[in-house]
Amino acid sequence: MKRLLPRLLMAPAIGTLFLWMIVPLVMSIYFSVIRYNLMQPDQVGFIGLENFEYFITDPSFMTATMNTLLLVGSVIVITVVFGTLIALLTDDPFPGRNIVRILLISPFFVMPTVNALLWKHMMMNPIYGVLAQVWMFFGFTPVDWLTDWPLWSVILIVSWQWLPFATLIFVTSLQSMDREQLEASRMDGANYLQQLRYLYIPHLGRSFAVVVMIEMIFLLSVFAEIYTTTGGGPGDASTNIAFLIFKQALLNFDAGVASAGALFAVVLANIAGVFLIRMVGKNLDK
Amino acid sequence: MAYLQLRGIEKTFGEQRVIKGVNLEVQPGEFVVFVGPSGCGKSTLLRLIAGLETATAGTILLEGRDITNLPSSKRDLAMVFQSYALYPHMSVYENMSFALKLAKADPALIEEKVSRAAKILNLNDYLMRTPKELSGGQRQRVAIGRAIVRAPKVFLFDEPLSNLDAALRGQTRIEIAKLHRDLGATTIYVTHDQVEAMTLADRVVVLRDGLVEQVGTPLELYDRPANQFVAQFIGTPQMNMVAAANLKALGSKSGLKIPEGGYVGLRPESVILVAPGEGEFEAKVELVEALGAETLIYVSTAWGAQLVARQTSRTPLTAGANVGVKIDTSTAHFFDAKGRVAAVN
Amino acid sequence: MTQLQINLAMKVLRTILSWAVALFLFFPLGWLVLTAFKTELQAIAVPPLLIFTPTLENFTIVQERSDYMLYAQNALITSIASTILGLMLAFPAAYSMAFFKGKHTKDILMWMLSTKMMPAVGALVPIYVIAQTVGLLDTRTALTIVFTLSNLPIMVWMLYSNFKDIPGEILEASRMDGATLWQEFRMVLLPLTMGSLASTGLLCLVFSWNEAFWALNLSAAKSGTLATLIASYSSPEGLFWAKLSAASFMAIAPIVVFGWFSQKQLVQGLTFGAVK
Repeated sequence: MKRLLPRLLMAPAIGTLFLWMIVPLVMSIYFSVIRYNLMQPDQVGFIGLENFEYFITDPSFMTATMNTLLLVGSVIVITVVFGTLIALLTDDPFPGRNIVRILLISPFFVMPTVNALLWKHMMMNPIYGVLAQVWMFFGFTPVDWLTDWPLWSVILIVSWQWLPFATLIFVTSLQSMDREQLEASRMDGANYLQQLRYLYIPHLGRSFAVVVMIEMIFLLSVFAEIYTTTGGGPGDASTNIAFLIFKQALLNFDAGVASAGALFAVVLANIAGVFLIRMVGKNLDK
Repeated sequence: MAYLQLRGIEKTFGEQRVIKGVNLEVQPGEFVVFVGPSGCGKSTLLRLIAGLETATAGTILLEGRDITNLPSSKRDLAMVFQSYALYPHMSVYENMSFALKLAKADPALIEEKVSRAAKILNLNDYLMRTPKELSGGQRQRVAIGRAIVRAPKVFLFDEPLSNLDAALRGQTRIEIAKLHRDLGATTIYVTHDQVEAMTLADRVVVLRDGLVEQVGTPLELYDRPANQFVAQFIGTPQMNMVAAANLKALGSKSGLKIPEGGYVGLRPESVILVAPGEGEFEAKVELVEALGAETLIYVSTAWGAQLVARQTSRTPLTAGANVGVKIDTSTAHFFDAKGRVAAVN
Repeated sequence: MTQLQINLAMKVLRTILSWAVALFLFFPLGWLVLTAFKTELQAIAVPPLLIFTPTLENFTIVQERSDYMLYAQNALITSIASTILGLMLAFPAAYSMAFFKGKHTKDILMWMLSTKMMPAVGALVPIYVIAQTVGLLDTRTALTIVFTLSNLPIMVWMLYSNFKDIPGEILEASRMDGATLWQEFRMVLLPLTMGSLASTGLLCLVFSWNEAFWALNLSAAKSGTLATLIASYSSPEGLFWAKLSAASFMAIAPIVVFGWFSQKQLVQGLTFGAVK
């Protein structure tokens, strides 16, 4: 009974999660090697790796892959750099720090669709948007962000949403910084930059890694922000892998090709995931 | 017949054998202390009695009834945990009455028992507080109170004083001793502190590596340790151990049969410092610890051994002084090469 | 200047800078809130209006559009249902892992984390096909199930890391006091874990409420959540920003406030306890 009970308690969660993982995976693998178009239900049959070939040789694929990497990479760099700066800036107490933190964290809880529309209309609209007004105030010609810089607009929007996350993690991590260590370094004659270089940055090291991994996993499948702003366009200019798969599946109705693409995305995400799991696992041993 | 009986108790965690066959009998009203270094299995043994772990082999009898496989909740034992394990969301009163409430006791009776325990432990003013609002010593008393209220068959204490500071520890130790005298309840107490063991116990059980090394009254253990381990574990400062080879001269002079390859154990009070040349051998003072009532003098011998002498008189000696060492052979202990007590003379 | 004055100056500078950064980053959100109280004409005024007479008409209009209520209802039902369902699955699992630690506990936790690595888009086609086959497409049931499952690993982890901090001795003490398993759960464990249950639930609520990928792909007019309703405003025709802002404001306000309360748990949950 001592062993049975714990297992019984775990069973529902493990069982459902197992199904949630294995069923779609197996189905994806199956769909990816058959001809499966929702519009042509009569054409079926095993076609080997044709779907993969189609997905990978599709000219959109290269663009989407590049866009995905650019999106993930840029957002990570932006959020980590600015997140660190903001966390360091707000680390020591000052009047209204709690309010400042609440203001800083808020964008993270805004649903992606609201976030995207807010930027699309009220910020980036080339005529009435706030950015256009600012541009005009300084005598520049307003930019049509979503048409001229589609991918960078998406990057900006996503970064705005994820910057609070990075900041929050770094703030939390700084709280566990050993104050005596800082005092000792002051006694040793270290200035702020040296403290930054030798104490703060090493202390944040683990959080950097965690932020990079977590953001990688979430950003690889950015979807709603693209769906609501640019719709992947113009052309494929702001299409990432996730959106390309969506287009294949629900716009072209080609489930076979979409599944092949999905497997590709799973592999991509798992490469990032393996590192994250290792890191968290180490933490568990403590 | 014994009140609580352990027969051939064994416990393995995975590959590791933590308890390797323990037999023990506890008489009603007795205060038994399990003592030993960390990792010796004393806490595990207590948890086996408590029913928080299940024995791999052996039987536990309480009042002649087999309770080996009974869950803790049915054993009618109370335990004071090292961390006190008070329920943080309940007041002191609720903490102390929880067991009775579960047992569906009459509320008036609960009230009476709790207030009696609170009076004994000086907790009357704190009954409505939560554990968070209490000091360490008060929490400790609540934990004890929680056990007293139940009037269990056996009280179990798992290193209850280790989270208190030194002064409070001494004070609480005295209170526990007094409490035991007043209530006369059968008690098993686990500690790694041999002073606690010596001061509280009717009988001490010395454990090492999952085995019982010796069972006896505190003074029996002090005066007649069964082996080198017990000899050195009981008593502060530790018993001096001198390799027999270094004391051959002493042996021939006093006619004592010193075991070949063994050790001679000397309590610090059996080492007497005298003027140079007057003792059995020469030594040099390394350090003097003047504690007031007693003085500890650490000396090193020519052959490199470190000895400590205890005397109640004060000393003019300082570090670096040369002294002679005399030995009170009547209180010396002799151990063979394996650390067992050697038969002498 | 003395060292004391320099320190003071630095502190003033840092305070001003912190506030400036915070207000700058918060600006888009603040603008959304302001716009929600403008008329449509004020909303697109050039130059933008900062001072105006606030109006509540947008909220009335949005509320009068009955489909808004339907979407809000869908969002509320799916997120609350998935949170409750998730807690019911996660609580026993986390309890078992934290208090009956076995040889494989760590492996199981790691495996749960690994299911989170599976990008949603990877499961899109199979889940869509399954939902279609069993007739659950565009139903709240389908969304609830999917939300529950995608949040489950995070919930187990959050609860687990909270439970781990509860000393096992307290539960043992209750067993010594004669509590049965059920009494132990109801009178000791539940009161002690109420806080972590609440914050885990809160965070889950936030995630489900904001979820857009599955909501957009599995639901349409019948079971769409607020995330899908807002997304339908993406078409450029007709500038009704004030109404969009009002609708958005109503969609995010409760969740942003919830979010403020669960910040700390968010860090724990999202980083799986790797950052303390």
